[in-house]
Amino acid sequence: MSDLIPFIVAKYNYWIYITLMMIGLYAMIAKNNLVKKIVGMNIFQTAIILFYVSIGAKKGATIPIIEHAHGDAHGAVSHTIEIAHYINPLPHVLMLTAIVVSVATLGVALALAIKVYNRHKTLEEDEIIDQIKGI
Amino acid sequence: METITSIKPLLAVLVSLCVVPLLMSSRSPNVREAWTFVAASAKFLIVASMLPVVFNGFEIVYTVAEVIPGVAIKFRVDALGMLFALVSSSLWIVTSVYSIGYMRGLKEHSQTRYFCFFALALSATIGVAFSANLLTLYLFYEMLSFATYPLVTHHQDEEARSSGRKYLLYIVGTSIGFVLPAMLISYNLSGTLEFSRQGFLAGTGSRGLTGVLLVLIVFGFAKAAIMPFHSWLPAAMVAPTPVSALLHAVAVVKVGVFSVVRVLTGVFGINLLISFDFGPFIIFVASATILVGSFIALSQDNLKRLLAFSTIAQLSYIVLGVGLLSPQGMTGGMVHIAMHAFGKITLFFCAGAIFVATGKRNISEMIGIGRRMPVTMTAFFIASLSITGLPPCGGFISKWYLVLGSLQAHQMPVLFVLLVSSLLNAAYFMPIVYKAFFCTPQEAMFEKGVKEAPAFCVVPLVITALISMVLLFYPQPFFGLADMMVKSITGG
Amino acid sequence: MSQHYPALLVIVPLLSAFLISAAGWLNKRLCFPIAVAALSVACFSSVLLLFQVLDEKVVLYKLGGWSPPWGIAYSVDYLNGLVLVVVSVVALLNLIATQRNVEQEFSEKIGAFYTLYILFVTGLLGIVVTGDAFNLYVLLEIASLTGYGLIAMGENRAPLATLNYLYMGTIGASFYLLGIGYLYIVTGSLNMADISAILPSLYHSKTVLAAFVICIVGVWLKMAFFPLHAWLPNAYTYAPSAVSSLIAPLMTKVIIYVMIRLMLTVFTPKYIFSTLNVSDSIVWIAVIAIVMGAILALGQRNLKKMLAYIIVAEVGYMVGGAWLGNRAGMTGAILHIANDALMTLCVFLVVGNIVYKVKGYAFEDLKGLFRKMPFTMGAFVVGAMSIIGVPPTCGFFSKWYLISGAIQAGHYGFMVALLFSSLVNVILFFRVIEISYYEPFENHHGQESHPGKIAEAPLTMLVPLLIVAAGLVVVGVYTGDIVNHIIEFAIPKGIV
Repeated sequence: MSDLIPFIVAKYNYWIYITLMMIGLYAMIAKNNLVKKIVGMNIFQTAIILFYVSIGAKKGATIPIIEHAHGDAHGAVSHTIEIAHYINPLPHVLMLTAIVVSVATLGVALALAIKVYNRHKTLEEDEIIDQIKGI
Repeated sequence: METITSIKPLLAVLVSLCVVPLLMSSRSPNVREAWTFVAASAKFLIVASMLPVVFNGFEIVYTVAEVIPGVAIKFRVDALGMLFALVSSSLWIVTSVYSIGYMRGLKEHSQTRYFCFFALALSATIGVAFSANLLTLYLFYEMLSFATYPLVTHHQDEEARSSGRKYLLYIVGTSIGFVLPAMLISYNLSGTLEFSRQGFLAGTGSRGLTGVLLVLIVFGFAKAAIMPFHSWLPAAMVAPTPVSALLHAVAVVKVGVFSVVRVLTGVFGINLLISFDFGPFIIFVASATILVGSFIALSQDNLKRLLAFSTIAQLSYIVLGVGLLSPQGMTGGMVHIAMHAFGKITLFFCAGAIFVATGKRNISEMIGIGRRMPVTMTAFFIASLSITGLPPCGGFISKWYLVLGSLQAHQMPVLFVLLVSSLLNAAYFMPIVYKAFFCTPQEAMFEKGVKEAPAFCVVPLVITALISMVLLFYPQPFFGLADMMVKSITGG
Repeated sequence: MSQHYPALLVIVPLLSAFLISAAGWLNKRLCFPIAVAALSVACFSSVLLLFQVLDEKVVLYKLGGWSPPWGIAYSVDYLNGLVLVVVSVVALLNLIATQRNVEQEFSEKIGAFYTLYILFVTGLLGIVVTGDAFNLYVLLEIASLTGYGLIAMGENRAPLATLNYLYMGTIGASFYLLGIGYLYIVTGSLNMADISAILPSLYHSKTVLAAFVICIVGVWLKMAFFPLHAWLPNAYTYAPSAVSSLIAPLMTKVIIYVMIRLMLTVFTPKYIFSTLNVSDSIVWIAVIAIVMGAILALGQRNLKKMLAYIIVAEVGYMVGGAWLGNRAGMTGAILHIANDALMTLCVFLVVGNIVYKVKGYAFEDLKGLFRKMPFTMGAFVVGAMSIIGVPPTCGFFSKWYLISGAIQAGHYGFMVALLFSSLVNVILFFRVIEISYYEPFENHHGQESHPGKIAEAPLTMLVPLLIVAAGLVVVGVYTGDIVNHIIEFAIPKGIV
């Protein structure tokens, strides 16, 4: 037990993203309302975005802009660049794209939900299925 | 054996394919039938023009495309293929004439479709005859299966539908279920599918595996109608008679038997079959089919069904001959391809002619018909003699060689099978002839004015009946070809 | 010019999608010609690109001049060179063939439709051409999102079916993204070639294993590999006919390409087949997929849904073939990507033609079609032959390689499944053919060829269909060349 707590704490970002992901997945599977499912889906995607963001972060590091590098040849030589001092920007940049994708997905999903609602006058999945079977 | 590269085998296959668009676009029946006739004659001439080359000991080869490493779509004309191609292409001409008479006589619908698929089926048949490897053979075999489906189900009614189902289930089911895996396993064993004189499977697999392959192939080519995969044949008799005549007495079933013979000699090889002692298995299967088929034929009243069961039995003669694994037996089997074709097609033509003239299908309704249709029934008599294997008809030769072959192979039970089967043949054919000519009382069952069928129907059946007789006295080129083939297989 | 083909392939359709969108406001009649022009350029460049690959083996295109692994690289080798041609040709043929369907089914939304159509194809072409794992995700989502839009334009039940597809598709894509994240953690790279160069020292890392499992599951979800197939049949059935015949041939096939790319280039065959000991189990799942797909297809009473279930089985063919772990199986899988795309296109175009004339695709609507639409049904028969696997249509040859692979791998279960599915396909297609050939029953005796009323689809629909049908046979006959000159080099030498 005493080993477990440090294990969890040391990798807390992973535990958080997995928890979020499972919440999202649960909503998508278990919820009956189509919009709730869409919310679940969005949580699911956000979890992965957070995962990416967290893997780029470093303790005590700063934004990846090299200090004193401007114009001064001496400065550049004297300040060797320690990678550990800077956070990795790439995952964050990637997530800008992923966020766009997830927003687009959300938009499409909501548009579809509206279309479903217009047709069936409900968003509860079981009622819609009953309607379809009834036809 | 030396080879010549020539496009002729491909042409022989394509000539009837090319005529299909012409058939579809022709407006009047006369034009359409003229094209059929032109294609049939052209095909026969192309095939016949290769005959001297083959007799001079050459093989004609043509490769279309290599589709799988070591396996191409490829044609090779050898003696056995030549024999079969000659039989089917010459009979197509006769059948075309007969079809015209029959279809017009009955005012059938969809005649254009009928002639198109007939042409397609003939392409496939020649393709099978000239294939150089198992893949090409399989290709044309399948093409034939599907091309004949619309012919078998020509009437498009409930009965045709259920027969068509049965037909496809047996034919395609076995070819995909049995032949395809057998072909693939053989390919993976030996790396080739090319038919060779010694068989390409020699020395590649154990006895058990080879045995499995043999079973898959013998039963897989269900067009050969070896029991228990025979029952599509009687079902397919719902087709118009010219279809039954050419396809179910000549092309389709012969393609099946031809494939079996080809695979036994070219894939397994006689030596392999002898060394693994598979001969008795083939003989047993074939003999069982012969006897059971003949017995069932005895009990049939529908003339076409009777002929169907007779066909099932006769086909196994060919397999039996090869299964004897003795030179004379094989010669007998191969010659029987030709002899049976001419005899059986005559019988079907007669059945069709009777149907056109009187509308009767059952034997019990044909009593006394010989007086109204003497020419037809005389031809029927001659052809049934040929099938039974009696002189003065060609069937006698093949049976004679089968008997010699079984003596040569020391298979006495086969002798017995042949004897019983001949008796049975006589037992189901002769009563028909007897009743037709000598029983008068029932003649009232025919309407007034029933006479011979149209000339288009009668002339072909007279021709094929005459050929059946001539073949006894002059069995060339079929006998020569079979002889050549057997010599090249056995190396003697 | 010639060095820019990989970019042209994606850029031209992408930009013209916006052009079409604008044209939709101005003059609807402009949309179709622009779409055709865009896809013709794509088609043209993909074919030239394939020839370039035949000369140079690999065509590398650095977007914006940034060299990999930092910049995004498009890299085209034998494998995606072939798939690119398939995608662009199928998309173009379908575009032309379904013009009349589009006019008939949603004449007001032509602009939106063609915009989505071209964007979808852009996405697919991008997925295939890219050499960057994250870029692939983005393009995958472009294709998916436009795909959802297209499917949702269909009839009554389409929006709900699309929504279900969207849920599953998003989970699949997210899984893929997550897997790539793990790969990035251990390798620090997103370039496929770069990852595969770094991976060998990490073969036993648990993170790589996790990355692999998550990626593969994501990809399976997107390709509808049984038992993750539940979204596919409804989505493909209720989509408009012009969309079914676009998405059904391409989407699953492109995702299978992604799987093979992951197996061969990213994770490398050595890792997949030697370090991991899962290929046998996956082939067994494929066996189940094939058998279940076939059985479920038997239970359907409408043509489109039946074809959709056949796709589920076909996915099993390709996954199984790829995981057999030998050259023949892999050849079969890659060949089947091309062949299956063509034959699925063929049968779905037939459905399009039928819907155009008959306004339905349930089995009862098919009665008497052989008389009414002989050419369409002729093409259907050719497509059916190919799916059944009858030589010389192309379907036979991919099946040949797949079964050959199964025999070499000693995996007889897979062989039996393939044969079983062929036999079931015979039943499936001949049931359809029977209905359209026999019914309604008439007594034909004594009628000299009575005038059958032929009511064929218009020529613009018929000609592309007949081209595809003829293509099935032509591709079949040239299988030898395709395998010897392209697929042979697409598979790494390590796989024997």
